[in-house]
Amino acid sequence: MQDRLITLQTEAIEKIEHASSLKELQDIRVQYLGKKGPITEVLRGMGQLPADERPKMGQLANDVREAITSKLDENIKKLERAKLDEQLANETIDVTLPGRPIRKGNAHPLTAVIEEIEDLFIGMGFSVAEGPEVETDYYNFEALNLPKNHPARDMQDSFFITEDFLLRTQTSPVQARTMERHKGKGPVKIISPGKVYRRDTDDATHSHQFMQIEGLMVDENVRMSDLKGILTTFAQKLFGEEREIRLRPSFFPFTEPSVEVDVSCFKCNGKGCPICKRTGWIEILGAGMVHPNVLEMAGFDPKVYTGFAFGMGPERIAMLKYGIEDIRHFYANDLRFLQQFNRS
Amino acid sequence: MLVSYNWLKQYVDLEGVDPHELADLMTKGGIEVEGVQALNEGINGVLVGYVETCEQHPNADKLNLCKVNIGDAEPAQIICGAPNVAAGQKVAVATIGAVLPGNFKIKKAKLRGEASQGMICSLEELGVDPKMVPKEFADGIYVLSDEAIVGSDALGYLNLDDHILELGLTPNRADCLNMIGVAYEVAAVLDRKVYFQKPEFKEQSETAADYISVNVENQEDNPYYSAKVIRNIQVRPSPTWLQNRLISSGIRPINNIVDITNYVLIEYGQPLHAFDYDQFGSKEILVRRAKDGEQMVTLDDQKRTLKGEHLVITNGNVPVAVAGVMGGADSEVTDKTTAILLEAAYFNPSIVRLASKDLGLRSESSTRFEKGLDRNRVYEAANRAAQLMVELAGGEVLEGIVESGGRYVDCEEVSVSVSRANKVLGTTIKTEEVQLFFKRLDFNYDLEEDLFNVEVPTRRPDITLEEDLIEEIGRIYGYDAIPTTLPDGSTTQGSLTTAQKKRRKVRRYFESTGLFQAVTYSLTTAGKANRYHGLETDEEPSFVSVSMPMSEERTVLRRTLIPQLLEVVQYNQNRQMNDVAVYEVGSTYLAKNSELQELPNEHQKLAGALSGLWQTHPWQSEKKVVDFYVVKGILDGLFALLGLENRIEFEQAKRKGFHPGRTAIILLDGKQIGVVGQLHPGDQKEWDIKETFIFELELDLLFNAEVNPVFFEPLPRYPSITRDIALVLDQDIQAGDVKNGIKAAGGKLLKSVSIFDLYEGERMEEGKKSVAYSLTYFDPERTLTDEDVTKVHSKVLDYVKDKFKAEMRG
Repeated sequence: MQDRLITLQTEAIEKIEHASSLKELQDIRVQYLGKKGPITEVLRGMGQLPADERPKMGQLANDVREAITSKLDENIKKLERAKLDEQLANETIDVTLPGRPIRKGNAHPLTAVIEEIEDLFIGMGFSVAEGPEVETDYYNFEALNLPKNHPARDMQDSFFITEDFLLRTQTSPVQARTMERHKGKGPVKIISPGKVYRRDTDDATHSHQFMQIEGLMVDENVRMSDLKGILTTFAQKLFGEEREIRLRPSFFPFTEPSVEVDVSCFKCNGKGCPICKRTGWIEILGAGMVHPNVLEMAGFDPKVYTGFAFGMGPERIAMLKYGIEDIRHFYANDLRFLQQFNRS
Repeated sequence: MLVSYNWLKQYVDLEGVDPHELADLMTKGGIEVEGVQALNEGINGVLVGYVETCEQHPNADKLNLCKVNIGDAEPAQIICGAPNVAAGQKVAVATIGAVLPGNFKIKKAKLRGEASQGMICSLEELGVDPKMVPKEFADGIYVLSDEAIVGSDALGYLNLDDHILELGLTPNRADCLNMIGVAYEVAAVLDRKVYFQKPEFKEQSETAADYISVNVENQEDNPYYSAKVIRNIQVRPSPTWLQNRLISSGIRPINNIVDITNYVLIEYGQPLHAFDYDQFGSKEILVRRAKDGEQMVTLDDQKRTLKGEHLVITNGNVPVAVAGVMGGADSEVTDKTTAILLEAAYFNPSIVRLASKDLGLRSESSTRFEKGLDRNRVYEAANRAAQLMVELAGGEVLEGIVESGGRYVDCEEVSVSVSRANKVLGTTIKTEEVQLFFKRLDFNYDLEEDLFNVEVPTRRPDITLEEDLIEEIGRIYGYDAIPTTLPDGSTTQGSLTTAQKKRRKVRRYFESTGLFQAVTYSLTTAGKANRYHGLETDEEPSFVSVSMPMSEERTVLRRTLIPQLLEVVQYNQNRQMNDVAVYEVGSTYLAKNSELQELPNEHQKLAGALSGLWQTHPWQSEKKVVDFYVVKGILDGLFALLGLENRIEFEQAKRKGFHPGRTAIILLDGKQIGVVGQLHPGDQKEWDIKETFIFELELDLLFNAEVNPVFFEPLPRYPSITRDIALVLDQDIQAGDVKNGIKAAGGKLLKSVSIFDLYEGERMEEGKKSVAYSLTYFDPERTLTDEDVTKVHSKVLDYVKDKFKAEMRG
């Protein structure tokens, strides 16, 4: 009986090894392990064995059944796997074909630059102030220490609408308006971005409409050295940690002293290149200490309060930063131009 | 202002400071040098030659054969075509191997059979602007003065060994519009001394007062007027040195008298006028306001009509000059002039400015008057001109000067304390240092403790306040030396306003949806400004127009952004970019009344234009063209983003410029806040673009709507039940109305309604359509039973059948 079981096992395993389809394996299962199969038959004859041999033989029969079952399962899995592999091989796709495009637009480069600058100054405690683009002569000029007939008005040829109203030539009127709202009490810390207009013929470097960002800080004890500090921080955050700034005396009617601010060239690190016209420095903004007349007209006591103001052109900064050669690109809205600023 | 480095050396010692270093130091000090030009750039090998003989070329009528001594043993034979070449002249010779501007190399040549060993040069050939070349040399070679040494480098005699510094002056620094002012500035920057010579000349015994009288009607218009008389002058070309200096200042030499007035203008900054004494017409000068409509012919032979605001110089009878602007043709100095009446005056700057603006005459003189002269230099300048007229024109100066008004005024006193300066600058400059700075600037002062009372020289009228002196201290100290600090006052929290935050959010949304941000011009034409505003009204609004537009395309401020966005579509589609989706956030403007007595209404709007393909995946043959519902979907998303989705309605509407059947106005809480639709096909053709959809929203109204904050709604604990219905409706019944009806009829248990199918095909009866709705019922308190739902659902069905004449479809 023992021999018979062992022979059955050997025989079944050999058949399993040779089976090449799931069907064959099913047949083998029925043939050996089914109710009418030889193992069942062997077990049925157990009654004839002496009582002390029965457990041993029972154990053996179960072992044989177990061995055949596990061999069967193993080979079924193998065959199924092979079948799946074959099927998947037929499902192969060309991964180099293009994906389904996701529509994505992006901000205009000027907005990108303005937002970046806004965020830099918000981080330094400034708020963003806005004002009308059609302004009064008073806020655009007089409140900024530019009385009628002041020769410096020539520096900004304006689009007048009536004798008293004009398209603002600078965002500085927002300074005057904001200071008035503070009713002579500091601190005032704002930047004001926006569109401005001047009578320039549009060409590669001029535009009758352009953007400006002005900044203003008024408080007791604001010093020119603070202006240097704030602008150094700004330049380093916008153009890189190694940047330095340089102040040159200049003139604006609404500040005294007035300065032009250069930043060390971010392209060549100050060694001299075509971007900085070989000077190592790039002029990026005008600034100064708020003129006492401007403070006074806006209701601040210039004996108590001092302040600084600065102004810059986002077009110029964008042109430098991105290497754009013609200011008209900003207003043509050519998609091939706009699309290039998808990371900014 | 163009500054000759060589000329400047006359007043300040520039030893050891080359022109480029000087430029750098001046720029750092506050006078920006925009460029340094070396006049000898590209010139090499030009020598002084002496024309020994000059004969006609044997084979050419218009050429001369010259023997020119250039210092070699043998004279060189040079062919010269200039009509003014003659034996006995000293000339500039470009020798064999010489290089002239434009990289023009001189080689041995043969002209009509005769050898030519070099070229006799004209000024133009040496790089001088032809507009600057004196008339007598305009058509020929330049003739050097006799003292030039044969065989030496000619550039020095031509002042071409000079450098020109081009100053970019800010309006406050008119003091540097003359050589003396520049000299003071340079001396302060370099910490060196200035040297000036007082003009000296011999006067005749006859007095000028016997020849002329001066009367000024109004001292305020003309605080100082002076006249000198110079007799027996000879009008002739100026000497080379004077011509060279004028050329280097950008002024064309004319004759000695005109040149002298121009020279003094550049040297002293004082405009002068020379009248022909004999043509003056009287012995009396009267300075008065012009009569309205009074006429005179100016030097440029133009007849000018004057106004009562203009100031004129008259001979007691008729105007002979517009004060500070231009002289009259009648008393102009000519070759025949022998006596000069020389005017040196100080006119009120704003009167000169007005007249030069009105008459459209801007000159070197008028700009200097406008920007403010050195009041105390007028008298000296007259003397300087008289001196030069003696030296260069053989003139005899009559004794004295005939004047009106004070010759000199007192200096203004401005005070500055060192502590205040340090407080403003953030520095720790010492009193002794400030003393040195004021000495360098040549400012007199007295000092009380740390307070400087400064006598501001009249050449610096820009200094009137303490802050102005702080700037002087700061710039001489050097801005580089100011420390870098951070403000130590109260700290503030920087932030954006709610509207600014929302605007950023809206922009991000549009960009992530697939639209590009455009920025367009605010100025447009009146026709464009009034199109596509989406309002029902047809009435012509009050536009805001600029009073002097620069071009017809930019005359009026826009009231809507759409026309400019259509321009963007057009621009791109003209360049083969057919799929355009752009939006813009910008201001629009409308006057409150036609007279524009107040600032106009300025509203921010948000507009978009979409054209061409919206979605495309070519190799999977997927293509979605932009249609109304693409745009509506984008807007739906926007309203949801702003928490307004349940308060917005789209209402079918007809609007000018829009497709009559594919346009909706957008209502927020029942109030119109915008429009969306297809551009009218007629307009589309006019723009020559593809089918385009446009929208525009009032940003202020959108942002100002109060929105409840987000509050968490518990997740459903019980299942919901969905029932779908297909309704056959008349074509003109709007699906949205039915949806709203269903919602209302469904009451509390009806959680949501959505449209999931629309059929308008052949299998429908004419004039009918089928719309399918999916209704979801839900009770947050319990599990709904079939009976619960059926009860409500049949109520809904009854309602739609009754209200919309709807039939249930199969």
